This record gives sequence, C-alpha cells and structure tokens, in this order.
Amino acid sequence: MNMLFDRLFGSGRHTITVDGDFFAGTAAVADAEAVIIGTRNKAAIGSGLALKVAAAILAAVREDDSLSRPPRTIVFLVDTQGQELSRHEELLGLNGYFAHVARCCDLARRHGHRLVTVVHGEAVSGGFLAFGLMADRVCALPDAQVRVMDLRAMSKVTKIPYDRLVVLAEESPVFAPGAENFWRMGAVHELWSAEDDWNSCLASAVFHAGSEDGRALLGLERGGRMLAAAITGLVAGS
Amino acid sequence: MNVKPTCYFEASARTRIAKLVDPDSFSELCPPHLRHSSPHLARLNAPVAFDDGVMVGRALLAGHPVLIAGQEGKFNGGAVGEVHGAKLCGLLERALSERPAAVLLLVDSGGVRLHEANAGLIAISELMRAVLRTEEAGIPVFALIGGSCGAFGGMGIVTLLCTEVVISEQGRIGLSGPEVIETVKGVDEFDSRDRALVWRITGGKLRRVLGDATRLVDDDIASFRAATAELLGKHAERRLPASDLAALTEEHEQLSARARRYDTARDGRIVFEEAGFTELESVALMPVDDFNRHLEGTP
Repeated sequence: MNMLFDRLFGSGRHTITVDGDFFAGTAAVADAEAVIIGTRNKAAIGSGLALKVAAAILAAVREDDSLSRPPRTIVFLVDTQGQELSRHEELLGLNGYFAHVARCCDLARRHGHRLVTVVHGEAVSGGFLAFGLMADRVCALPDAQVRVMDLRAMSKVTKIPYDRLVVLAEESPVFAPGAENFWRMGAVHELWSAEDDWNSCLASAVFHAGSEDGRALLGLERGGRMLAAAITGLVAGS
Repeated sequence: MNVKPTCYFEASARTRIAKLVDPDSFSELCPPHLRHSSPHLARLNAPVAFDDGVMVGRALLAGHPVLIAGQEGKFNGGAVGEVHGAKLCGLLERALSERPAAVLLLVDSGGVRLHEANAGLIAISELMRAVLRTEEAGIPVFALIGGSCGAFGGMGIVTLLCTEVVISEQGRIGLSGPEVIETVKGVDEFDSRDRALVWRITGGKLRRVLGDATRLVDDDIASFRAATAELLGKHAERRLPASDLAALTEEHEQLSARARRYDTARDGRIVFEEAGFTELESVALMPVDDFNRHLEGTP
C-alpha cells in the first residue's frame, strides 16, 4: 500500500494505519491535511467495514467542528468486490448500514468537507454504492475495474447470448464492465493514466470537486447517458 | 357501506396509487402516451414499457398534497434503469420547488436492471442523493413496501434513507436477495426456497422489530392509506430536522449495538425472542394489530 500512498501523497507525507481490509489516517493533499479512508484486498463490504467507514467520516466531521478549523478534504481509496453476501448480514440489514454510510457522507458534505474517491482496485455494485459513489468527484487509476456484473453472468441472467453482449458492449456503455464506460456516463469524473503525476491529479480533483450532483449532465455531455438529464428535467418541471 | 379490501400485494402499481390517494386526485407526470421507454431494453430485444416500469405524479392523500411514485414489480421486477431512475430523481427534484407534504415511494423492486446495469447503478446513487437532499429541505420521504419484489439491492438502500418506512407482513427488505446468496454461496448459506426462513430474515415483521420499518400494516391498500395519512398528519405537526452530527452519532451507536447483539445470528428467531415474542409460530400467525400492540408495549 505504501507505494500507492507515496505516489498519491508524496513520500513521508502520509500517516495511515492499516487494519485488515480497512485503512485510515491523514495525508497531505494540495498542501493541506486530508483525511484518508480506504479499503483493500477487494474487500467485501459488510456491516463491520461499513461501520468503520462511517465512524471515520463522523470522527473527521467531529474533530474539525470541535477545533473550529476549515473542514478537511476526505479521500476515499476504494477497492471492493461488492457487498458481503451472507444470511447474517441480511439479518442485520446491511442495506441500512450502507444507508448510514451515505448519510455520513451527506453530513460531511453539508459541513463543507470535499469528498473525493480514487478507485485503486475494484469498485463493484453495492460495495461501490456504499463506498465511493457518494463522493463529489470520482477518479479511477489505470488498473481500476468498475462494474456491476461481468458479461458472462449477465448473459446467464438475461438469457442474451454472450457473443451478442460483447458486440453490443462496443456500441453502448450502459451495461458492460469498465471504468471508461462509467466515465462516459458521468459517474467517474476522471481517468488517470500510469504516466500521470497522481499527486497533482489528486490536488486538481479536490479543486474541481463541487457539492452538487452533476453526473446526469456530465453523462449527456460525454455522450454516454443521453436520457437521464432530460427525463429528470421533464418530471421535475425545471 | 362495506368496501371490499384490495390486497396490496396482488395489485398493480397503478391500482395501488389510485386506491391509496384521494379519489381522482392523481395526475401523472411523464405519462405512458409520451412513450419514454428504455432504448437499452429495445436494443437487447427485451420487452419495453411506455412508463419504463414506474409511474410518477402528484395527488392528494387525506387532503395533503403529495408527490408519489409507484414501481411496477411485474415489469422486469421493478428494476431501475436509466429512464426509470431519472423519473424518480425528477420527482424528488420537483419536490424542492413544489414543497408537498411528503414524497411517497411505492417501492417494489429487485434493484438495478441488469440490461442496463451501469445506468441503473448510477441512477440509484443519484436517487440516494436526491432523497437526502429532499429530506434536508424539510420534506419527508416515505417508502411503502408490500409488493412481490420487496425492496432489494440499491432500492433496499434507498428505502432505508427514507424518513418513514411502511411495510406489510408480505413486504420484504434486504440488500442481496436470498436467490443471489444461494447461487453464489450455496444452499447451506441461504436456502431461498425455505419460505419461513426467508420471512424470518427479510419479512415485514422482522424488519419492524429491528426498527428498519417504522409501521407494520395489513396487506390491503386501505391499511397503507390509513398509516400514511396518520404519518402525514404527524409530520405536518412537527417538521423533522435534517440529520445532524448528534443524530448520526446516535444512529451509529444503535447500528453498532445491533451488530454486537446479533454478532453470530443467522436467523430472525433470536430477534423475535429478544423482543418478547416467545413462540415463533404465534408471531407468524399473530394479527398485525396484536403484533403492533405487543411491540409498542416492549421497551
């Protein structure tokens, strides 16, 4: 993880404690201290991990509040294979734990914290909904894998032949895996390349993070999601 | 005059809305004759619907102006795609300018529509933010759950972001459906055909005991209407503040306590027992009124 931290924040400019699939700490981002919250090892997100993420967000809001200092940027470093699949988690009501994380993100945003996600591994389905997608700006590293379902599984469920899905995936970003598809649809704001200086990329992402949800318009602008903004406007009467 | 009750579970979304709100008060926004169906389903040669499986509009309920959406579980399992999700987001955006007494979401959905999975996932995320923004503006959002698809996947998360959750015994809430867990983890982890077990994990009574649902009602539309009317009255009297740091800290404590209390539990039996329902068979059969009386008498 240290190699990634060094590249994102600069060598010796981060203090991050790793605890199993979870890590948290602080680091320098654009010459200011930022709060870092992350998952690794393609973590399956269950109630325990969701509570750790939520607790770290609440702690950041609480600390900055009590010290009356400007709210720090919160950086989510995301690597998740999706939600944990188990009867125990369903009994607890994992959806409610994910909703809690979302509320904490929203609270931080309202308190003036900027929320930036960097996908450094996988970002899949419900895990991504809970951890990452609620940020103001979402960035993906070159090897990042963003998806809901792979095409073979989708073929099985929808009964559409796999070969046909592969062909259709060339024309449309709406169902096939890939960070670039999510970029075209406006949910991933930036794709970083291996040659980029990730440290300055991150500083720029923080600078451009706005608190309004502009993803439907961005998807329209990039040609990947042509209807969402118009239909929303039609129903909203705006 | 005796009116025959209409089963909520069996009814279509259109019938649910028509019988839930004041007579003839519903007017639909973005109605089916405008033919906003999903181009993504069409491209995959899958059947489309001119309302994309969800109707949205405005109505009165017990005289209160509401914005209301109903997901049609019989179309693609109520699943959320680009158009479907955008209609829901648009309704919540409209609430900010129209300021209804509440936004009612008649959730009946398995979550993201796989034919347009990326669009569906993003739409759910937008919907999550839209619900939070509406609540922040002081407008409560209610989820009503009692259809065959329940509230699963991303719609399970959206439901738990709502201010009030009204559910029937047949209603179900969860994240991953039993079939998905069984397929991936095996039948020993979750036997999706064991209906009693599924009920003890996801069912309305269990969700009410845990506090994820705020009202349990009988499976007829009139009961949903009565509970919703009562809640509209309650919220009209006292506007709920947006979740602040103290409220979310409290919520965090409660969720942590739940996780500790049931740290190894894999069956709702223990949850019912701890709530004082000593015999499981009797909980399953207990009329909703008796169940509610028992629960509200329990500290």
